[in-house]
Amino acid sequence: MSIIVNHVTYRYNAGTAMENTALNDVNIKINDSEFIGLIGHTGSGKSTLVQHLNGLIKPTEGGIYVDGADIWDEGYDLKKLRGEVGLVFQYPEHQLFETDVFTDVCFGPKNLGLSEKEIQLRAYEALKMVGIEDDYFYQSPFDLSGGQKRRVAIAGVLAMKPKVLVLDEPTAGLDPKGRDELLDKLSSIRKETGCTIVLVSHSMEDVANYADRIVVMDKGTVVYDDTPRNVFKHYKELKEMGLGVPQITETMYALKEAGFNVSTDIITIEEAVKEILGC
Amino acid sequence: MEIVKADHLSFDYIRRDEEGNVEGITTAVNNVSFTVKKGEFVAILGHNGSGKSTLAKHLNATLYPTEGAVYVEGKDTNDEKNLWDIRETVGMVFQNPDNQIIGQIVEEDVGFGPENLGVPTKEIWERVEESLKAVGMYEYRTKSPNRLSGGQKQRVSIAGVLAMHPSCIVFDEPTAMLDPIGRKEVIRAARALNDVEKITVILITHYMDEIVHADKVIVMDKGSIAMAGTPREIFSQIDKLKELRLDVPQVTMCAHLLKEKGLNIPGTILTNDELIEALKKCR
Repeated sequence: MSIIVNHVTYRYNAGTAMENTALNDVNIKINDSEFIGLIGHTGSGKSTLVQHLNGLIKPTEGGIYVDGADIWDEGYDLKKLRGEVGLVFQYPEHQLFETDVFTDVCFGPKNLGLSEKEIQLRAYEALKMVGIEDDYFYQSPFDLSGGQKRRVAIAGVLAMKPKVLVLDEPTAGLDPKGRDELLDKLSSIRKETGCTIVLVSHSMEDVANYADRIVVMDKGTVVYDDTPRNVFKHYKELKEMGLGVPQITETMYALKEAGFNVSTDIITIEEAVKEILGC
Repeated sequence: MEIVKADHLSFDYIRRDEEGNVEGITTAVNNVSFTVKKGEFVAILGHNGSGKSTLAKHLNATLYPTEGAVYVEGKDTNDEKNLWDIRETVGMVFQNPDNQIIGQIVEEDVGFGPENLGVPTKEIWERVEESLKAVGMYEYRTKSPNRLSGGQKQRVSIAGVLAMHPSCIVFDEPTAMLDPIGRKEVIRAARALNDVEKITVILITHYMDEIVHADKVIVMDKGSIAMAGTPREIFSQIDKLKELRLDVPQVTMCAHLLKEKGLNIPGTILTNDELIEALKKCR
């Protein structure tokens, strides 16, 4: 499934004294089974952008095209789109509400009007995908650890079998292992199901390690849209935007500054080790 | 002189059914003892559910020990008559700045704490000014908190705590929701309060790079203290940290791998500057 964001401008409170342009002429194309990292400082327009992807908000100007169709055309099935583009908000575990884990994950597919058997099958598969063991299925979601709750909430969206999964800072507040486990799971879910993943993140290390492509937003516009390696070449610009580069890239810049003959074109620890040994 | 002392502290969360019968007991903190000296910068690490936050809530009498005791400046937190003294001594800053800001204007928000302490109006204004200056937010004093970035809001929250003149501030994952610049701003503010104002800082975090400058690190696991020591002592034990679901800063990992490949790098590297020095000697 491909999504085209075409010249999208969005203004909050348009036409009032409080008018505020959150997106300004944004153009991006999201292709089938990509892993995209979306970065930008607080207030750069990331969340406003992702809410456009499944028609939660309507562009003030411009259009959103999904598989070639304008989603704001009359008669377009927005409900179906929202099943296909799954949005996982920040702290999704705050949206858990059922008495047990399994019933909570069933809630999404139930609303799609599927048979009881299909609903349960999907919930089971989704919970397996995020790595929740059977023992937890009939426990209250509120008795789980932070990382587990987060994964149950993501399973609730996965059970809708989305073709595009958008996650807004899914690793905030998780411990380092929980963070790696969740990102590994997302990678393997993409491989298994072929779905597209859009990861909104404040961690430069995470997007460097996992994304094939990084979209950088600043003041409501897309400033870079490229591979992690190419994006992190913009060291100075990223800093000025309130972002940065992965810690290890920073280390390479420091080494170079100190007179070492090393490349700064490095985004992972493995690459850094190789580069330092070679110099 | 010690400002906080936990003495064989244990805490149980008790789950009850609708009739109030005990359904289950979860021991979140189990026989923990430690002390924090005045002016120290102490970091607490631990995976989700390891008991860090439960422990932190004992330090200003938000929770009371099931067993053992916590003393703040020698006062037992279990004794109700100490409550207000303890809350004035130890301030807390939490993860989400939006949950901690109540004022319509920055300076009004910061003044809320001292006002509740019954501080005279003139002094409230002095405290608001000095607190906002200490976190670098003075120029935003007449702005609406809603218009600030995450890092700025969090610094306003810190100023709000600071205006109550605590001797110690507990930060419970203050940077978890912030962008890279916001994280830097908040950590810089916390370090400045410790260096300049001599305020004792207890920082709970999942970001390993934020604590390399701490005086002491405590690592929690299953409600108990699994490791304690200086950052260098802690970060030298990479395998043990990974077992505890934690990590080391990227530069530390890089130096460790270089050493495995045969480079002569001494000890444990915590910063870029240390790596540069070590590599210079390798040449």
